[in-house]
Amino acid sequence: MLLAFDTSSAAVTVALADPVSGNVLGSSTTVDALRHGELLAPAIAEVLATAGVGVKELTKIAVGTGPGPFTGLRVGLVTARTMADVLGIEVVGVCSLDILAKQSSLALPVAVATDARRKEIYWALYDGPAADGSRRRLEGPAVDKPAEVAHVLAGLPVIGRGAVLYGEVLGATATGASAGSAAGTIGAVGDEPEVVEYPSAEVLATGVVTGTLQVTAPDPLYLRRPDVTMSGGPKSVLPK
Amino acid sequence: MSENEPLILGIETSCDETGVGLVRGHTLLADAIASSVDEHARFGGVVPEVASRAHLEAMVPTIRRACETAGVKPSDVDAIAVTSGPGLAGALLVGVAAAKGLALSLDKPLYGVNHLAAHVAVDTLEHGELPKGAVAMLVSGGHSSLLAVEDITEGVEPMGSTIDDAAGEAFDKVARVLGLPFPGGPYVDKAARDGGDRAYVTFPRGLTSQRDLERHRFDFSFSGLKTAVARWVEAKRRDGEDVPVNHVAAAFQEAVCDVLTRKAIDACKDRGYEHLLIGGGVAANSRLRQMAEERCAAAGIAVRVPRPGLCTDNGAMVAALGSELVRAGKTPSPLGLPADSSMPITTVLN
Ligand SMILES: [Zn+2]
Repeated sequence: MLLAFDTSSAAVTVALADPVSGNVLGSSTTVDALRHGELLAPAIAEVLATAGVGVKELTKIAVGTGPGPFTGLRVGLVTARTMADVLGIEVVGVCSLDILAKQSSLALPVAVATDARRKEIYWALYDGPAADGSRRRLEGPAVDKPAEVAHVLAGLPVIGRGAVLYGEVLGATATGASAGSAAGTIGAVGDEPEVVEYPSAEVLATGVVTGTLQVTAPDPLYLRRPDVTMSGGPKSVLPK
Repeated sequence: MSENEPLILGIETSCDETGVGLVRGHTLLADAIASSVDEHARFGGVVPEVASRAHLEAMVPTIRRACETAGVKPSDVDAIAVTSGPGLAGALLVGVAAAKGLALSLDKPLYGVNHLAAHVAVDTLEHGELPKGAVAMLVSGGHSSLLAVEDITEGVEPMGSTIDDAAGEAFDKVARVLGLPFPGGPYVDKAARDGGDRAYVTFPRGLTSQRDLERHRFDFSFSGLKTAVARWVEAKRRDGEDVPVNHVAAAFQEAVCDVLTRKAIDACKDRGYEHLLIGGGVAANSRLRQMAEERCAAAGIAVRVPRPGLCTDNGAMVAALGSELVRAGKTPSPLGLPADSSMPITTVLN
């Protein structure tokens, strides 16, 4: 059995899939940006129990590698690595922006933009879907201020939380979470806006089984250097 | 060692050390540590994001190393203990998530424990069963506390703590003033031992005046001391004189250890306890150990200090506390266990 999860966004999402067919046997998604550490393990236990699958029946683990702004990104990665190591099974990573791109049903090239906080977005550009549903990443992942990359994303439907938060700057339509853009591509796929805010573990699981998502090592995509303030040497404590 | 006693794996990630320990009963089987201290040294303090990143990378290799050292398989483990708090939130989160991953995969109970209580429990690995009724003095870069401990599995009662800097922090800051590397403790200790004259200067003893004792009998203050050292050193430099680093280190260390031991012994007397436990990174300080031995002997108090390697943060101490909790039949933590950066000292098990 394949266990998949992603904690790179404000959501904690878990899915269990048949490792041959890719059929999803169970899943769970909770949006709570501050409680990844509390929510992930119970969600895994529940998904396994509901599907009647024992942890020893797991054959592979797939985990979203970000980029993600929350310390919670590491919750998913360390859980995947430790579980796989003691169970003696394979663990793979998938760029979380790739998962989001695959979630779009648009038969068009798309941009993915997620919330990087500090008024920035994580973003990447993708080709239109191939016959098997896979999308080639053309650019990114990168982290930037929305205004600085608006020209790169211009004309493309924008998938992900970034479209909700910075829709206007990025040129998306007023539908916010929709995949629309200033170019009006939303009209090309129907009147219903496509709402894709967070990566889905179900898509991650099936994408890994069917080979339509590119797998990597389960290593975090931080994209930013850690914040540090260099010490400026001893400060004077004598009266001036 | 009894083979019947449960095998406990302990994980510690509250600061910059990734620690994984294996303990059976009171027997230490492995104490694997990966430290990111070198990555922090150039910043003169622990950088939380750097520590969290390092914990993620070190976790699986450190678990493996602990199991190899102990000659056990992860599946032999009977329970997982992990530092649930207090500490750096992002750092704790990595350890807690790893512990849950283990508990889930091995189908074994999880115990989310208090880091400070673990500093007390670690002494069981060196000196066996804890005494019934003792004062524990925890001194490190993050804490300086006097605790009354009747039964470590039931809780601890805070008697006093620092009102400003932790003792270890004062060592770091004074080390910086003296141009010694980070973390300061070992370097100040070494400089003092290298011919330092403890009586060269008399630095202030915080919260020891009669008036302060009325309100802060068991509390500490190291901020004034740190400033006094900095002023003294700066005045010398301003006058173009050489700073006698060894003497200043010795005199500073003397002031810290004098206050710590005086108050710890007073706390024992106040409670009628005949045992003093000392833990935390500063417990590795040679002058503190020596002074505690001498003064406790004179006061009829038995002092227990684990060897330096067990005083600093490590996974063994977490496993040691886990072992006590399992033996006492405590209910394990839920899988929803939080990483609690401000976990109160009165809570031993989350
Ligand atoms: Zn500590």
